Amino acid sequence: MKFIIAIIKPFKLDEVREALGAIGVAGMTVSEVKGFGRQKGQTEIYRGAEYSTFMLPKVKLEIAASDDIAPQVVETIQQTANTEAIGDGKIFVLDLASATRIRTGEAGETAL
Amino acid sequence: MTKFALACATLACSTPALAAPAAVPNPGNNAWMMTSTVLVMLMILPGLALFYGGLTRSKNMLSMLTQIGATASLAMIIWVMWGFSLAFGDTSYEGVLGNFISGGSLFLTGTDASSVAATFTDEVISKYVFISFQMTFAAITAALILGATAERMKFNAVMVFVPMWLTIVYFPIAHMVWAGDGLLFKDGALDFAGGTVVHINAGVSGLVLAYLVGKRRGWPQEPMPPHSLVMTMIGTGLLWVGWFGFNAGSALEADGSAGLAMINTFVATAAGGLGWMVIEKMAGHRGSALGFCSGVIAGLVAVTPAAGSSGPFGAILLGFVSSAVCYLFVAKMKAKFGYDDALDAFGIHGVGGIVGAIGTAIVYQPFLAGPGDGSVAVGAQLWIQTKGVLITIAWAAIGTLIAGFIAKATVGLRVSEEDEVNGLDIAEHGERAYN
Repeated sequence: MKFIIAIIKPFKLDEVREALGAIGVAGMTVSEVKGFGRQKGQTEIYRGAEYSTFMLPKVKLEIAASDDIAPQVVETIQQTANTEAIGDGKIFVLDLASATRIRTGEAGETAL
Repeated sequence: MTKFALACATLACSTPALAAPAAVPNPGNNAWMMTSTVLVMLMILPGLALFYGGLTRSKNMLSMLTQIGATASLAMIIWVMWGFSLAFGDTSYEGVLGNFISGGSLFLTGTDASSVAATFTDEVISKYVFISFQMTFAAITAALILGATAERMKFNAVMVFVPMWLTIVYFPIAHMVWAGDGLLFKDGALDFAGGTVVHINAGVSGLVLAYLVGKRRGWPQEPMPPHSLVMTMIGTGLLWVGWFGFNAGSALEADGSAGLAMINTFVATAAGGLGWMVIEKMAGHRGSALGFCSGVIAGLVAVTPAAGSSGPFGAILLGFVSSAVCYLFVAKMKAKFGYDDALDAFGIHGVGGIVGAIGTAIVYQPFLAGPGDGSVAVGAQLWIQTKGVLITIAWAAIGTLIAGFIAKATVGLRVSEEDEVNGLDIAEHGERAYN
């Protein structure tokens, strides 16, 4: 099993969610996050006082996927969230040691 | 403009002007002045409180609201006890003293429901209404100062400072500008609704007090963005609406002069709000919500002394120029000189008030469709206005230094460093604005 973390631009969320649904991803966790990469932050100005925030709002997706579907998930996110501009985000893939469904106690891929 | 209201404000008193058949207040005028009075109250709570509150960081929101509410309340109580006496009391002093204060009427003795105050025509209004109207002016002026010292001044220091400041700064200035025997009034200074008394006074006092209190910890290196511009916008709207009471109410009657003040309060403000956004754009930034709000206040402040002393087009010019000059002070000068006027009480009220008070000399003239008859030349009126501004600045600065030093020596002005970091809401009031 793999644990996939993707940081994407907020406005791409709906498109990515639909594309992932189409390839059989049954669930994900979404959070609003802030951070910076090559795109750096943005500047805010209040009555002439400029504040560089160094942070931009992004959306973080967390998806647990079986080994066979994981590469497809990564590819789908990469293609759907792409705007060919800097700041499009990153995708990280981690090995997932276990998964348990709380209601039934099922473990492993059946719990996904 | 409360000019004539005062030398002889009760029927009991026998001046020629009022000796004729007992003047009875016209209910229409009384009703308008009562409305105006509560409109000015609306400017303080919740108008100014939300305007300033939104500009603070969220940890200091309640401290701002509480300081404004408590300051206004304190000012009202003091007004009844000795404030009205010093500014507009029934006893006029002979000689030099009469230029600066009046006496009598302590605790409003000698006033009853049938007492009246004069207006600018031969009408009268009920004296209790006049006293209430003027009371709200004292209350908002004291509250305006707190924008300069926001996020670091102790609540008890505010409570010690305000009564002293009202006594040695506000009441004498109100007397000088508005009472029949006041120094600046006799001089012919035009201040329709309080450009000098309220705005220059509060702005300069705020600047001096901010200097005494010191900069906020981390300013200007740390970002301190406003925590809710939505609230600031709501406060701006309430201030604008309430300002019709402030300006048009200063005619003391529901007459044509009030109508002129009303249209000026619309259009000068519109020019100020749009003007600030245009200037932001010209400075290479984006037109912002806070810019709009700041311009609205700059316009309102500038038209205050000119409200009934300007034509509508003059008011538009005044609003725009005020925005431009205030922008310069708020966005450029503050950083250059490094004074932490936290919410720009000086940058907008002080500076806008100066632009308005001096500009009134110009927009008053008939060539700009002002109500003046041209009997005093522009140059002469400019000097009279400027002199009024300089005297107000000097009086406010020295008086604030005195009151500020006394507060510093007795209770101390600033919260501790730890309290400042944790926020004044939890440290000074034991509660949080948002849970």
